[in-house]
Amino acid sequence: MSHQETIGRSAHKINPNKAPIDPSRATPEGKYKHLGIWIFLGSETVLFASLFGTYIALKNSTAGGPTTQDLYGLELVFLMTLLLLTSSLTSVYAIYHMKNNNFKKMQLWMGITGLLGLAFLACEIYEFAHYITDYGFTFRSSAFGSAFYTLVGFHGGHVIFGLSWLIVLMMRNAKRGLDTYNAPKYNTFALYWHFIDVVWVFIFTVVYLMGMVG
Amino acid sequence: MTENTTSNRLDTFRKQENKDEMKIQVISFVSMIAFTIIAFALVGTQLMTGAYLSILLFVLAVVQAMFQFLYFMHLKDKGHGPASALIYGGMIIATTVILSLGVITWW
Repeated sequence: MSHQETIGRSAHKINPNKAPIDPSRATPEGKYKHLGIWIFLGSETVLFASLFGTYIALKNSTAGGPTTQDLYGLELVFLMTLLLLTSSLTSVYAIYHMKNNNFKKMQLWMGITGLLGLAFLACEIYEFAHYITDYGFTFRSSAFGSAFYTLVGFHGGHVIFGLSWLIVLMMRNAKRGLDTYNAPKYNTFALYWHFIDVVWVFIFTVVYLMGMVG
Repeated sequence: MTENTTSNRLDTFRKQENKDEMKIQVISFVSMIAFTIIAFALVGTQLMTGAYLSILLFVLAVVQAMFQFLYFMHLKDKGHGPASALIYGGMIIATTVILSLGVITWW
């Protein structure tokens, strides 16, 4: 570690006796990051709205292929919902330990969040494989197929991106400990992860549950 | 005060505050799980059908999303004005997009 880097890092150290209430927003950079992620999430809302709108418009255009009622099953979707919702809570626990300036527990809960996200992803891959092999339902089957895989796949892509982000974040900062430089990074990730869960709430409602109602 | 006995020497008042907040988070998590189970049970048991069920499911989803935004993502806290404006603005545009795509197809 160079001398310059040492100085740069010590400037961000948290003094436990007068620690900031929220280390993720203690510096101007942290405040900008917080605003930045919300600008991003606001635009993501619009992006997903267009995908939801497309799906709603095309969900009955099955071109003689499988319909929503043929495909969807409640059990797997319920399991996926529980996994993602629980991972949202575990990242809240991580942020709770961040505010208590406890780096190890924050890493632990972030790790659990990652594992739950991975389990969710595995379920989604299994689901897509099941549709393709057992029903021959692919992206090219019908307009419904394209809309379905675009919407749900885009959400899955967000999960993959989030998991990669989390792994890099946890590995890069493993030896650094918590300070006001990396606290905003963890908090930004947590907000992104909650947003993924919000999108999933609408996917399981609008796509799966309403699809089974007909 | 001894040095480095523990990584967290925040004062007890602050810790208690964080703990109280965490309790509220757990309560909102339990509520979200409850809304999820109600939604799946409504579809699984087929107690209701048709458009009314779809509307009810959507309301449950919106309530659950608001728990997520207000509590998990702290929109209810101080200093979240710009964040709220951005996400509610996004939701208004989202509603317009979905309604217009829905109306031109299904009306």
